Amino acid sequence: MEDGEQIIKEFMYMNRKSPYGTIYALESLEVVLIAAAFDQDVSLVFADDGVYQLMKGQNTEEIGMKNFSPTYSALGDYDIKKIYIEKESLEERGLSLDDLQDLKYEDEDDDWAEKDSIHLVSREELAEVIDQQDVVFSF
Amino acid sequence: MAMLHTVNKSPFEKNSLDSCMRLAKASSAVLLIEDGVVGAMKGTKHSKNVADAMANISFYVLGPDLKARGLSEGNVVDGIKVVDYSGFVDLAAEYESVQAWL
Repeated sequence: MEDGEQIIKEFMYMNRKSPYGTIYALESLEVVLIAAAFDQDVSLVFADDGVYQLMKGQNTEEIGMKNFSPTYSALGDYDIKKIYIEKESLEERGLSLDDLQDLKYEDEDDDWAEKDSIHLVSREELAEVIDQQDVVFSF
Repeated sequence: MAMLHTVNKSPFEKNSLDSCMRLAKASSAVLLIEDGVVGAMKGTKHSKNVADAMANISFYVLGPDLKARGLSEGNVVDGIKVVDYSGFVDLAAEYESVQAWL
């Protein structure tokens, strides 16, 4: 590799667990924020119970744990613009996108217009996206 | 013997709730805690199983764990009672023994 030349890989973070019951959701978020500093092509998936990580109105006061859900809204500032939510996972749980945080990023190539980071995808579409990745991290 | 069963795993992830409901005797109680609170919600593919089990078993869910996850107390399956930590203690005292399903 020449000096200054950089290989950019597609990294996907697959989130499949409810927050707070296990440490996976928080650990994933920490790793994602670290990885974002390395200028890689990062995307996040929320499927199965992972969709609960993005629920609006989380209040952890009474369980004595840190509510890390506000951090998801900072992902756009870290240039993470591809957040995939599996539609079937929402449906099985009686949820819709309205129950989840509305995540946005500012597009520097379009006069910093605010755009949606969240992509609602079917199971079939998600399989395609996963197939295109160089690396998938499972949480 | 009336037993209090606690379930702390999501029914989407583990079959603890199913096993618990299958093996809990009539007049016992199930308390959903931690990720188990997901099993208390209306409109999921597990809601009907829970509603059916309530014919014989009393169901409770821990409010602080619902709140932490942004799940509304008003959206739990009809008949499930929401309790706080002192309610948890009361249940543990009221029933003869406690079984934790992991």
